[in-house]
Amino acid sequence: MSGVAFPTTDAADFLVLGAGAAGGVVAKELATAGFRVVVLEQGPYLRERDYSHDEIKYTIQPGLTNDPKLQPITYRKSEADSAQPMKAIEYGRQVGGGSVHFTANYWRFHESDFHERSLFGAVSGADLRDWPIAYADLEPYYTKAEHELGISGLAGANPFEAPRSMPYPLPPMPVKSSGVLFERAAKKLGLHPFPAPVAILSEPYQGRAACVNCGFCESFGCEMGAKSSTLVSVIPLAEKTGRCEIRPDCYVRKIETDDAGRATGAIYFDRNRREIFQPARTVFVCANGAETPKLLLMSKSKRFPEGLANSSGLVGKYLMWDNGGEAQGLFEHPLNEYKGIQVTRLIHDYYAADPKRGFYGGGGIDARFDFYPAGFALHGLPPDAPRWGSEFKRIFTTYFNRTMMLMAHTTSLAQAKNTVSLDPEVKDAWGLPAIRITFDCHPDDVATMKWMMTKEIEILEAAGALKTWSQPYDVVDNMPSRHLMGTCRMGKDPGTSVVNAYSRTHDVPNLFLVDGSNFVTSARQQPTATIQALAYRAADYAIGAAKRGDLS
Amino acid sequence: MAAWPEVLSALQQAHTAAGSATPHFETLDEDFAGEIEAIATQIIPSTGGPGAREAGVIYFIDRALSTFAADNRETYRNGMAQLQQKRQELFPNSTTIGSLTGEQQMALIRMIEASNFFELLRTHTVLGFLGNPSYGGNRGETGWNQIGIENLTAYQPPFGYYDAQVDGEKK
Repeated sequence: MSGVAFPTTDAADFLVLGAGAAGGVVAKELATAGFRVVVLEQGPYLRERDYSHDEIKYTIQPGLTNDPKLQPITYRKSEADSAQPMKAIEYGRQVGGGSVHFTANYWRFHESDFHERSLFGAVSGADLRDWPIAYADLEPYYTKAEHELGISGLAGANPFEAPRSMPYPLPPMPVKSSGVLFERAAKKLGLHPFPAPVAILSEPYQGRAACVNCGFCESFGCEMGAKSSTLVSVIPLAEKTGRCEIRPDCYVRKIETDDAGRATGAIYFDRNRREIFQPARTVFVCANGAETPKLLLMSKSKRFPEGLANSSGLVGKYLMWDNGGEAQGLFEHPLNEYKGIQVTRLIHDYYAADPKRGFYGGGGIDARFDFYPAGFALHGLPPDAPRWGSEFKRIFTTYFNRTMMLMAHTTSLAQAKNTVSLDPEVKDAWGLPAIRITFDCHPDDVATMKWMMTKEIEILEAAGALKTWSQPYDVVDNMPSRHLMGTCRMGKDPGTSVVNAYSRTHDVPNLFLVDGSNFVTSARQQPTATIQALAYRAADYAIGAAKRGDLS
Repeated sequence: MAAWPEVLSALQQAHTAAGSATPHFETLDEDFAGEIEAIATQIIPSTGGPGAREAGVIYFIDRALSTFAADNRETYRNGMAQLQQKRQELFPNSTTIGSLTGEQQMALIRMIEASNFFELLRTHTVLGFLGNPSYGGNRGETGWNQIGIENLTAYQPPFGYYDAQVDGEKK
């Protein structure tokens, strides 16, 4: 932390709300371009020394994520139901946001992901639309993200990958036993496995140490600084300029506007729950696919009675999330999957939708072991295993090192009825409305997941698994969802979208939103690379606009 | 750069803290703890190697109920009261769960295995067996030893049998 602190009475050139995957990138871009930036982050400012290999703290308790005791979430399947408290969504809540505790999968979108409607036509019950941008518009920013943050992978290894202007800056991570078994079986079946692109350093990079294969990536902060979160990559660069203040423990409750309908800054609670107004010339909201629409809906005024930037009525609508479907296999010899990063191999053979399957959707499948010890004994055993007693013990002790998983990441179709809204009754610890989630999967999403699970079993059997199993899919059991997309969708038409092709709101000229909320479609999950490419692109545009005087 | 000295010193402290903890209860009284431990011992028995008892699961539960699981105290009180009632119905001459035979304890568990209380106790027993020793359970890394974890802070490939095969082919 370089510790520059600006007086809260001075207007910042840019105020960034949320220091996560997108906010960190935006802050770095703006500060290095010469602007004065204040970043408000809900969560604390933690460093490598604050993390530990503690399964209870980070997977049972909300070590690095939203705490439902402080910020309750309510959930209902449809508008007809009454919403009940349930941790339906989960997001990173510290400087670095979700990029601190994510598994670090880093997939670019395919070219087709931006034009699904044109390529495949309408899907009944869903609002499938093209993005206002194409892959080529984002390609330079994907490349920039991969190189500034530090991504390991093998260019050209995925035959379905969209064209790229540069290879990954770092070679792939060492393959695990799950990757070897998956690769052998997939090749036998005529599929095309490739090394997983991940935001983890396979070699020392830009002053940061390489990964030591400790195995605690998913849900954990990296003690080595080898996971390429914004916390250890771009945020230090932003702070080094002396023009960027990261202000942690600041919980924003409203974006203020003036009589002309322009954003003037934000009101937040500091760590002592004092209300402070931070003025700014331009505001970027990078608070994630749930917190961003929530903040806009809370920022009502006479001029914006339905919430800020919501003339379309679409703020909070079209929530999409991390649909999947998984299967596990038991093998004869030890895999020791607790060592090393989670994912080392995957396939995109089933990525494209295929009308012959009888439903719309597709996905990627990765090989991993998604469990830490207690989680495996509690939730990872075959459905026919006893839940206590000597046989229970025998199974979890002998299976732990010999089990692997295949996990699909599949389409989540945009439906207007799936929403983030303000709960009319439940309040959080600050007295603000709780986030209310209304969500149910599209029938095609469920069909996609089930189909993927049959493919996973097929691959595990081809790999020589002694036993395979999977859990039946249910939307409630699958919670909490972590990839929150679609709730302030991007588009050309202000009547049917919230932000334009540069993540600038149609309604408020000096208000940008950039995070998963921009997504028009979910592609096949793994949104982080695209969130960060959008953030680089939006910042690039905003810098140009500010220099032209377009924002003032 | 790599924060190795810091990481190692933090881990060292965690180990020392876990090792020096003397067995005593913070929340539970001895008798109540003994009854809970009898059930935990059936959830992860000592067959084929150390189980919940040897791992000190009861000390984990005791500490959990005064810290992150303090909200669950009532569930334990009510759950155990109902279990004692069922014990009296099923084994009228018995005085405690702990003094029942293993077979009798298992019969008792079968009567409550679908309850929320049992799921909570099962969860806590597993966390106390396989969670970080700093929480009072998993003494001497008993649970981790049972599932075959080396518990080092860094590993070098090959990690498992199958990636070692590929490594062998390359050489």
